[in-house]
Amino acid sequence: MDENDTRVWFTRRTLLETGAAAGAALMLTRFPAAALEEPQGETAVTGVTLQVNGQARALELDTRTTLLDALREHLALTGSKKGCDHGQCGACTVLVDGRRINSCLTLAVMHDGQAITTIEGLADGATLHPLQAAFIAHDGFQCGYCTSGQICSAAGMLSESRAGMPSFVTEDLTQSPPELTDAEIRERMSGNICRCAAYPNIVAAIKQVGTPT
Amino acid sequence: MKAFTYQRAETAAHAAALATEPGAKIIAGGTNLLDLMKLQVETPTQLIDVSRLPLDRIEDTIDGGLRVGAMVRNSDLAADTRVRQRYGVLSRALLAGASAQLRYKATTGGNLLQRTRCYYFYDITKPCNKREPGSGCAALAGFNRIHAVLGASDQCIATHPSDMAVAMRALDATVETVDAAGATRSIPIADFHRLPGATPQVETNLRAGEFITAFILPPPPPGVQIYRKVRDRASYAFALVSVAAIVDAAGGRIRQARLAFGGLALKPWRSRPAEESLAGASAGGPAFEAAAGAVLEGARGYGGNDFKIPLTRRTLVAVLTQATRT
Repeated sequence: MDENDTRVWFTRRTLLETGAAAGAALMLTRFPAAALEEPQGETAVTGVTLQVNGQARALELDTRTTLLDALREHLALTGSKKGCDHGQCGACTVLVDGRRINSCLTLAVMHDGQAITTIEGLADGATLHPLQAAFIAHDGFQCGYCTSGQICSAAGMLSESRAGMPSFVTEDLTQSPPELTDAEIRERMSGNICRCAAYPNIVAAIKQVGTPT
Repeated sequence: MKAFTYQRAETAAHAAALATEPGAKIIAGGTNLLDLMKLQVETPTQLIDVSRLPLDRIEDTIDGGLRVGAMVRNSDLAADTRVRQRYGVLSRALLAGASAQLRYKATTGGNLLQRTRCYYFYDITKPCNKREPGSGCAALAGFNRIHAVLGASDQCIATHPSDMAVAMRALDATVETVDAAGATRSIPIADFHRLPGATPQVETNLRAGEFITAFILPPPPPGVQIYRKVRDRASYAFALVSVAAIVDAAGGRIRQARLAFGGLALKPWRSRPAEESLAGASAGGPAFEAAAGAVLEGARGYGGNDFKIPLTRRTLVAVLTQATRT
């Protein structure tokens, strides 16, 4: 590596310390993980303000920046994970205006002004979100890489279910809201893959939070 | 991803006008386009964002149908009470597609325009007449398990991946468009997608700069509505074969049936001969087998997808059996 090439010398620690206050110079710095994404043609930069976990965050971003990369690489919110980067695994799931999406398959600039909730925004201070507590109580993870996506997805799923939205396995589409059976939870969570196959415990954790007591 | 400029369209006609510029591409949900851009299958130099256009309403039409805006999210269309009560086949087809995260992003208009999931279309190191006209079709003698058995050509054997479009085909939906001058047009969904023929790169009959604004669902026809999807895993997978059926039957006799199929061709496949063979027929094995034979007239496998022919027959018989069960 050319020692004069400073583009790739930011460490993870530097990024975390400077991420929140980062200016345009750092925004355009590329990291080794992004080496495959060589700019082709002229780079376009645009301003965007995201309401992330209740805080307005103004950024200057290459238009190509996905919402996931904006969160992880520019705001140092590394709770949302990059798994497949093609919308197939669900590790990047966040909530936009309360609804779950794959943050890897959308551009940050498309979400100007919208409210983004990540795993970092679910807990209330030191009090865990009920889903976070239930995942721990039910041992709903092993390696943990999919967990933040699973929990954000489950939060969105429980809102959908409470609002009476059906799923493919809902027997009677006119019945509202359908009972949250194991089959319903599994179908509704099928966009979140767990390589460790912690599925039975994930279902149990979600069922506990989703079942009225 | 290659670099691009980004702007939001102010109106549908504005989007249509911007989309005629060289290198411009419209983005709505982006769940398919961004996937393709990351792989450089798509390399637009300008993105026109239409996701915030006020085309996200579902309205009753005076004749008892529905008008669905092109920006209505797949999840919202599936959950709409009127759709669930009157167009169950559409709700079920939407819910069978993708994942909840993708359904919230994906729009009605974008769903219709999504590209094939042919492995070779996605792999820019391989020949593909759809991606690069004249380069050849690697699927013909390659891995073609997911490919077409009806309406294919020696240039392309890809399939259209949408579930929604299959249900819309059974419902005889109409696609409404606008162009840069503000002129509108209605396209029956039957005429929307094209079979590959010698020009697999031309996928629809949309004109340059024509932008989809809405879908019209006519009043639902009488009968039981069923969407059955056969796939490699129980959820979150594209169809190997799917059937959208609307069957009006009573006392063991079929009055009328509509049948549309996914996973078989480059467009949602409707079979009039099969529907005609069922009209007035006595419900049961012989009529169902005859209908399946009519659907599969001229079907051809390419090795890896030979199984789709008997699978289609069995799936259709199962759907018709379910639809006529008293």
